[in-house]
Amino acid sequence: MIPSAFDYAAPQSLSEAISLLQGNAGQAKVLAGGQSLIPLLKFRLAGPELLVDLRKVPALDHLEERDGHLAIGAMVRESALEHSALIASRYPALLDTSSVVADPLVRNYATVGGNVAHADPANDHPATMLALRATAIANGPNGQRTISIDDFLVDTFETALAPDEVLMELRVPRPAAHSGSAYVKLERKVGDYAIIGVAAQVTLDGEVCAQAGLGLTNAAPRALRPREAETFLVGKRLDEESIRHAAELAASAADPVSDLRGPADYKRAMVRTLTTRALRLAAQRARQA
Amino acid sequence: MAQVKVNINGAPYQAEVEPRLLLVHFIREVAGLTGTHVGCDSTSCGACTVLVDGVPSKSCTLLAVQVDGGDLQTVEGLERDGQLHPVQEGFWEEHGLQCGFCTPGMMMTAVALLERNSNPSDDEVRRAISGNLCRCTGYVNIVKAIQYAGAKMRGEPVTGAAESAA
Ligand SMILES: Cc1cc2nc3c(=O)[nH]c(=O)nc-3n(C[C@H](O)[C@H](O)[C@H](O)COP(=O)(O)OP(=O)(O)OC[C@H]3O[C@@H](n4cnc5c(N)ncnc54)[C@H](O)[C@@H]3O)c2cc1C
Ligand code: FES
Ligand code: FES
Repeated sequence: MIPSAFDYAAPQSLSEAISLLQGNAGQAKVLAGGQSLIPLLKFRLAGPELLVDLRKVPALDHLEERDGHLAIGAMVRESALEHSALIASRYPALLDTSSVVADPLVRNYATVGGNVAHADPANDHPATMLALRATAIANGPNGQRTISIDDFLVDTFETALAPDEVLMELRVPRPAAHSGSAYVKLERKVGDYAIIGVAAQVTLDGEVCAQAGLGLTNAAPRALRPREAETFLVGKRLDEESIRHAAELAASAADPVSDLRGPADYKRAMVRTLTTRALRLAAQRARQA
Repeated sequence: MAQVKVNINGAPYQAEVEPRLLLVHFIREVAGLTGTHVGCDSTSCGACTVLVDGVPSKSCTLLAVQVDGGDLQTVEGLERDGQLHPVQEGFWEEHGLQCGFCTPGMMMTAVALLERNSNPSDDEVRRAISGNLCRCTGYVNIVKAIQYAGAKMRGEPVTGAAESAA
């Protein structure tokens, strides 16, 4: 499959990238790892006139803790998360997520930024970013702005980014003491998109749940935060009973569609099952933390 | 048109190409190295795997312009001075292939794995090749072939199924 023709630029600076995007009003696309965009070009589902490759733009590949948060530069590859000791020790849900995105070869290119900016409800990172209450840093002709992940994810394939804005970084608040997180994904085979995926983060005060974050993959037209389930958990003992009730609430919030990965009823049932598993695992990790 | 300048298997190579040219077509049709295969053409099978700066990459889902300035290794570069690479020898000795269509990609993934981890467990081998599909072998002999290569690269004595049967 051959994409239709386009121009290509690999600017050396952010300002150059932004002016290229600005100068090609709506006809240009940012290229990160290309693992979603190139398939779209090949299937001719996208036909931009210009690709602006970020690979030479400096300072987009940092992965480190700064000022109370984890900073993930927009060009950090999934494979970098997978092999990071910091991620493994403090952000287990991010490790769980990056190890189930596609396959190891795709993960050598696919960026975490692209995974979120693509805003496919089937992408795994948006749900995790919801559970971890991340924020997105964007930069454009009018300067830098900070967008909460809830506002960033607008709809299927739609984010709050303007066509001439670049996603610079994702910020994940450093988890409080006694926190644990997990991402659990049900897939038909290795490398496939989720039938359903559930991300959870909890903070414990003794056995009581002090904070809870949840995010659902492929359960609605966009990655979904099941708010009622989160609110219910706060202040409750985090035991089987409260976990099961929260899972019921998450399942009622879900709005999946029937497709080749299964009928809607089945998917809703899987939201219940996977929410239970994700919360159990997050709680277990919080107790060990 | 865009200028793409790379090293392929150690030798400098450059060509003027359309930005939409996929890396796999650059390698096969422009550079004329047809050892790299196209299987699914949709990022699933890994038959098109090559190393870009040492990193195993699905070349059907990269543009040639994206690797400008990079270092490419394809299956043609594995053999040196008439000597098979240990990974090639392992596939030969352990019957790691049947039709051979997946083999060039499988071997490039194996080379990258062994360069990073010279003594992987079977589980680590299986994980590493989970983006490379084989429709013939059932993977058992592929895992053995990669383990054979690992042992050989570590300088341990090796006997393959082919030799012990002889
Ligand atoms: C075979 C296969 C299986 C897959 N399986 C999964 C899976 O299981 N789970 C999963 O989550 N994903 C999966 N994916 C999708 C893919 O891994 C992600 O969508 C990928 O991470 C996107 O990142 P990228 O860097 O490749 O982005 P690109 O493809 O380069 O870009 C994707 C989109 O985001 C935009 N974009 C990227 N970066 C920026 C930026 N910094 N600023 C502004 N806009 C930007 C681009 O313009 C484009 O619209 C799969 C892909 C393939 C090919
Ligand atoms: S041909 Fe590239 S992954 Fe199948
Ligand atoms: S040997 Fe035939 S596909 Fe692997």
